[in-house]
Amino acid sequence: MQLARVIGTVVATRKDARLEGKKLLICRPVDVDGGDEAGYVVAVDTVSAGYRETVLVVQGSSARMSSGCEDRPVDAAIVGIVDAVSRDS
Amino acid sequence: MILGRVVGTVVATRKHASHEGRKVLTVQPIGPDGAASGDPVLALDGGPGVDAGMGDRVLVVQEGWSAATTVGPEGTPVDAAIVGVIDAIELAALEEGAATA
Amino acid sequence: MYLGDVIGRVVATAKNETLEGRTLLLVRRRADGRAVVAIDAVGAGAGERVYVCRGRESSFAFLPDPAPSDATVVGIVDRMDPS
Repeated sequence: MQLARVIGTVVATRKDARLEGKKLLICRPVDVDGGDEAGYVVAVDTVSAGYRETVLVVQGSSARMSSGCEDRPVDAAIVGIVDAVSRDS
Repeated sequence: MILGRVVGTVVATRKHASHEGRKVLTVQPIGPDGAASGDPVLALDGGPGVDAGMGDRVLVVQEGWSAATTVGPEGTPVDAAIVGVIDAIELAALEEGAATA
Repeated sequence: MYLGDVIGRVVATAKNETLEGRTLLLVRRRADGRAVVAIDAVGAGAGERVYVCRGRESSFAFLPDPAPSDATVVGIVDRMDPS
């Protein structure tokens, strides 16, 4: 999974019916120290994440294993809101 | 999913039967700010509920099962499909409030 | 699969219900030094050298339970030859 920060929302009225009611958030990958990394991904929110929160994003077909994303065209899902990252070294 | 803009259409008479009746579109990936990034990809349109066209900003799903079932039955040979036409991209402003792109 | 070192943990109270009770480890990939978040399947801890399964197959470690994992720690390395 990737640590990321929520930087935006995508609104789409015309979409695949299986995405109805799903919140689509733009997430920018961040490193362990919270610094921005390159790129972004649009992920389906499963945990009521909000702007600027650090989240966990799972990508690929694994995203569909998240509850709420089964049998939906989802290749990235937010599956956690990060409270803390602890480092041992 | 990634964001993109439809920049072209592709016409193919001879194609896999599962692609019949679907638009083949050239999509330029864009960043959240709308700027082009990377090389264009080909994606199939998601069908009547989506109906993307030239100039539309779109959502592209790039995972096998998701793309296939957006277009047709499981096993359809497609690796990118348009699952939504974007109305708005709202970005969190760095300091306060939210901006709309 | 790839080799990595466990360098920390990630705590997330609000999470997808399929992640309840799972341990989220911070693993530094040996190949490129990049840190990834992986779900623990073997009881790995800080400082241990592990190997990580990636992709959808990584969620198979938790079957029959569903788990939205794209990276799972599936082994703790005891030794390697050559090391």
